[in-house]
Amino acid sequence: MELATITYIVVGLTFAVYMAIAIAARAGSTQEFYVAGGGIHPVANGMATAADWMSAASFISMAGLIGISYNGYGGSVFLMGWTGGYVILAMLVAPYLRKYGKFTVPEFIGDRYYSDTARVVAVICLILCSVTYVIGQMKGIGVAFSRFLETDYETGLYTGMIIVFFYAVLGGMKGITYTQIAQYVVLILAYTVPAIFISFQLTGNPIPQLGLGSTLAGSDTFLLDKLDRVLLETGFKEYTTSVRLSTLNMFAYTASLMIGTAGLPHVIIRFFTVPKVRDARKSAGYALVFIAILYTTAPAVAAMARLNIMQTIEPSPGQHVLIEERPQWFKNWEQTGLLAIQDKNADGRLQYVADPQRNELIKLDNDILVLANPEIAQLPNWIIALVAAGGLAAALSTAAGLLLAISSAISHDLLKSTFYPSISEKMELNASRCAMGLAVLGAGYLGLNPPGFAAGTVALAFGLAAASIFPALMMGIFSSRVTREGAISGMVVGLGVTLFYVFQHKGVMFVAEWQFLPGLGKNWFFGIEPNAFGCIGAAVNFIVALGVSRVTGEPPEHVRRLVQEIRIPAGSVAAPAQH
Amino acid sequence: MSELSEAQAKEYWKRNRNLMIRLMIIWFVVSFGCGILWVDTLNLIQVGGYKLGFWFAQQGAIFVFIGLIFYYVVAMARLDREFGVEED
Repeated sequence: MELATITYIVVGLTFAVYMAIAIAARAGSTQEFYVAGGGIHPVANGMATAADWMSAASFISMAGLIGISYNGYGGSVFLMGWTGGYVILAMLVAPYLRKYGKFTVPEFIGDRYYSDTARVVAVICLILCSVTYVIGQMKGIGVAFSRFLETDYETGLYTGMIIVFFYAVLGGMKGITYTQIAQYVVLILAYTVPAIFISFQLTGNPIPQLGLGSTLAGSDTFLLDKLDRVLLETGFKEYTTSVRLSTLNMFAYTASLMIGTAGLPHVIIRFFTVPKVRDARKSAGYALVFIAILYTTAPAVAAMARLNIMQTIEPSPGQHVLIEERPQWFKNWEQTGLLAIQDKNADGRLQYVADPQRNELIKLDNDILVLANPEIAQLPNWIIALVAAGGLAAALSTAAGLLLAISSAISHDLLKSTFYPSISEKMELNASRCAMGLAVLGAGYLGLNPPGFAAGTVALAFGLAAASIFPALMMGIFSSRVTREGAISGMVVGLGVTLFYVFQHKGVMFVAEWQFLPGLGKNWFFGIEPNAFGCIGAAVNFIVALGVSRVTGEPPEHVRRLVQEIRIPAGSVAAPAQH
Repeated sequence: MSELSEAQAKEYWKRNRNLMIRLMIIWFVVSFGCGILWVDTLNLIQVGGYKLGFWFAQQGAIFVFIGLIFYYVVAMARLDREFGVEED
């Protein structure tokens, strides 16, 4: 059967499953719409959180980021950064917000800082980071369709929008949760099956996590030693030791991704769906287990696919492949523009070296490592089709989670809590459906007309969440002294300095011509790159908030009680004796 | 539903906080420590095909993170029972 036909069948089947779930899991109340009724089992929620969390970027791009752009060890910032945040979530965030027991993140910030202004500032921060994030997912959907199903980008995007619209508007958090569970199964199979085959072919060990540390099949040479040597011979840096810019930059990058993770509203609200505080703790653990299956496989895919590409081009030392005889998958992916070659020295052979003057593999896109993996390993067509369905599942599940965070912030925090407290539950449910519909349309519009900044968006979302929402949550839980003035100024200044640093490097709204203060030079703040700046923004937020709180009195008594109550899972704390 | 006195609530929070601090130190050591700050030294040790520092950065830290969360789950369940604040 033709590859395209199989792909249509596999992708079509997964979509049919998502639709069926959507019809079965309609939401009948605001509680179901916002938090799936609060009755999701922690293991199920862990799985849904994993799908919510792992975006098109994790699925399609991360292995390539590690294996190509960050040349191995440098890519560890993503592996540690995007998993370490769950330890923070499990211990420092999720249980207390679950005890608080409301629907949204701005709701907690508004109540804890006894201020509608704080609530609205939190909504703005939430919308900024969720919208920047969702654009990347919409693009991922369009790209996955156009590459695998040979439709054009727009058709792919519209199809994705219709699917998300259907189950998100109908089912809210309830529909999203159950589809995310199905999407997790699809995406994890699609990721691990090719990895198992590749690991087995290269090392004889089918478990990629062990294969990465094994010897190459039929030799005594360790895979990583071989990769180090091949890269050094072609002028690259050693795979296992090449640092991203500097140790300090790697430190800041990892920290920013970790605290960004713990501050992303669409992840936090997933912990509102479980019945109990101890389920919230457990659920973070299960989520990390499900995430780790992909995240510990990714470095193996990165190293193995990189080695495969190096060896395809130079099968034995000094013997480069004849361009005429390059494998079929090479030609296939050249047509998509992800690979491009140019025979600079006109010897009819392909050279892939670090020196840009002599390098003939002039385009090697990060996404190629995952997308072309099954073909490189000569796996059957149904596995290629599965990878297509997996990429779509990753993008759809994250998009739906983000859209829910955006729409509930609008219908619940802006409409119900701030501007029209008198609306009935029925009206609020309808409003949340409308807000969801509009959010899908808005995200679709931005996916069709990606603003110049689409490329840098996911990294920016982490920086913004780290610098604005995370510190406000931390101080809200761990201190009863931080005042509304402190929290609001902290969020505004933290967000401000992060945006300043990113835009100063990349242009306002990522329009390259709108760069400013070029005299400061690149990465001028201790050599820290803009993507790694979120933790600096967070530090500024903490300092400003704590400083301002010192001079603005004490929060009212009921806030002190609130902080006391969220710290214990059940029961209450006796009011102090009256004097 | 039990009601804690203010002193009990303080004690509960202090024990929770001490546990969190201990676990977050391990969290820091395996990722920022073994994976970044001391990576060159640890890379001198070879475990199978892995340099140890590289292994921590790309695999080991993640496994330890999972262990930390589940340890916290169990330890907190015990603490909740001790103070009578577990949910039924």
